[in-house]
Amino acid sequence: MRNRILFTLQFLFTLLVAAFLAVPAGLSIAAGVTVNYFRGIQSGVTLQWVAQVWELYAGTILASILIAVGTLAVTLVVGVPAAYALYVRGGRLARVVEEIITLPLAIPGLAIALALLLTYGGFGSFRRSWLFILAGHVIFTMPFMVRSVMAVLATIDVKSLDEGAASVGASPWRRFVDVIVPNAAPGILAGSLMVVTLSLGEFNLTWMLHTPLTKTLPVGLADSYASMRLEVASAYTLIFFVMIIPLLVAMQWIGERGHSR
Amino acid sequence: MSHKSFVWMCLLPLAAVTAAFFVLPMAHLLVTGAEGPRGLPEYLAIIADPRYRATLLNTVLLAAATTVATLIAATITGLFLQRHRFPGRAVMIAILTFPLAFPGVVIGFMIILLAGRQGTIGDVSSRLLGDKIVFAYSIYGLFLGYLYFSIPRVILTIMAAAQKLDPSLEEAARSLGASPWAVLRDVVLPALAPALVASGAIAFATAMGAFGTAFTLATNIDVLPMLIYTEFTLAGNLATSAALSVGLGVMTWLILALARTFTGNSVAAAG
Repeated sequence: MRNRILFTLQFLFTLLVAAFLAVPAGLSIAAGVTVNYFRGIQSGVTLQWVAQVWELYAGTILASILIAVGTLAVTLVVGVPAAYALYVRGGRLARVVEEIITLPLAIPGLAIALALLLTYGGFGSFRRSWLFILAGHVIFTMPFMVRSVMAVLATIDVKSLDEGAASVGASPWRRFVDVIVPNAAPGILAGSLMVVTLSLGEFNLTWMLHTPLTKTLPVGLADSYASMRLEVASAYTLIFFVMIIPLLVAMQWIGERGHSR
Repeated sequence: MSHKSFVWMCLLPLAAVTAAFFVLPMAHLLVTGAEGPRGLPEYLAIIADPRYRATLLNTVLLAAATTVATLIAATITGLFLQRHRFPGRAVMIAILTFPLAFPGVVIGFMIILLAGRQGTIGDVSSRLLGDKIVFAYSIYGLFLGYLYFSIPRVILTIMAAAQKLDPSLEEAARSLGASPWAVLRDVVLPALAPALVASGAIAFATAMGAFGTAFTLATNIDVLPMLIYTEFTLAGNLATSAALSVGLGVMTWLILALARTFTGNSVAAAG
């Protein structure tokens, strides 16, 4: 009897917490396709707000996708070899390097953005270009790529793979490309999903680094929250959800597959 | 090329990128903090100046309240979901973890939909009580927003830790006649302590440094990140904003580092 009550209370509490998280997300999805949110869904369902968002903010959406792809490219080219090197070399130096590249996760984005502005704000053409935001995103997402790849390398026998390939005369570069990278693929994939998801949603750094000509999706979102009617802001948020939810589902799926192995 | 030099080549791009876009700018930030009219003591202003001190206190209290509320809510739900199987459990876990990737601005908007001028809470309360309750644009709205993004993170950690608990210990305690409350207090919570400390530290550090949610809800909420932002953009006060953000960064880093030495886990704050 007592257990029954405890179970019910816990269940209701869990339901309440889930509702707290799900209800506003559901409201924003509903509001984005409702003719008039104030009058409710009976006022009709429409895609006019989505179309309006596309008209007003298509540039920010494309920019965010480009920056996410660019960030991914840089973290792959720079991060994957570095993860290999840090793992193979190990020791004190590797720990210090890992500590430094992880620092951007422990420091608020605002502080990093200020630091970048103080240092590069004077370099006009760099400051005004997309590369400025890209640099911030690379610093913020790099630790996820490096650590994700290092975690996979730790589960496979890198040393004997590497030595095996060396014994048949493969160069270090060929060994890295043909042996290490394919074996680290699950870590590279997980890291990539994380990098793209984080870059698409990054706001704290980007808000400080953007210019009127370099606006990303989250910057546009903040703008619409402040100045557009609720339906437009909701439709914009809906587009954002549609972009990141497949990435989240993929991440969860990979995570579960990784656990069951 | 020898293997050793190849390994160094692999590290070189990372070293270059990190040096140019992180180490050098952070050094610049440190120097700028001491270049204001007050000089080096600018760094003490965060504690010495009554206005900044009040903001700091406000921020710490808000972060502490967020952490406590999150830990309680996430421990109850995390333990429940880990221990019971029922239809719809997978969906519930998905709902509870998806907001992990929502940026602070979006969470601010979620709070506006919930407790803003056209929000659900105001709607329900005006129908039931005849009084429209609107609190999204205050520190209570910010509290709710921080709760929104820390609950998913902490639930995941608690669930992972609860999975590793040894059920025989609890059975032993129960067979010795311990009440469910005593089992929780004396067996379960102590075993979960490292996970609680680690995820609590993340929640605390994130709530200290988060900017997007506060920015969406209102620019006049008195928390440290908003103060840094207004000092920089409105007052153009470079040295103060640099010193304050170094202070904030050191605090969040210290909290996470302390939690890490305590639990041996690597932790991160974002958002």
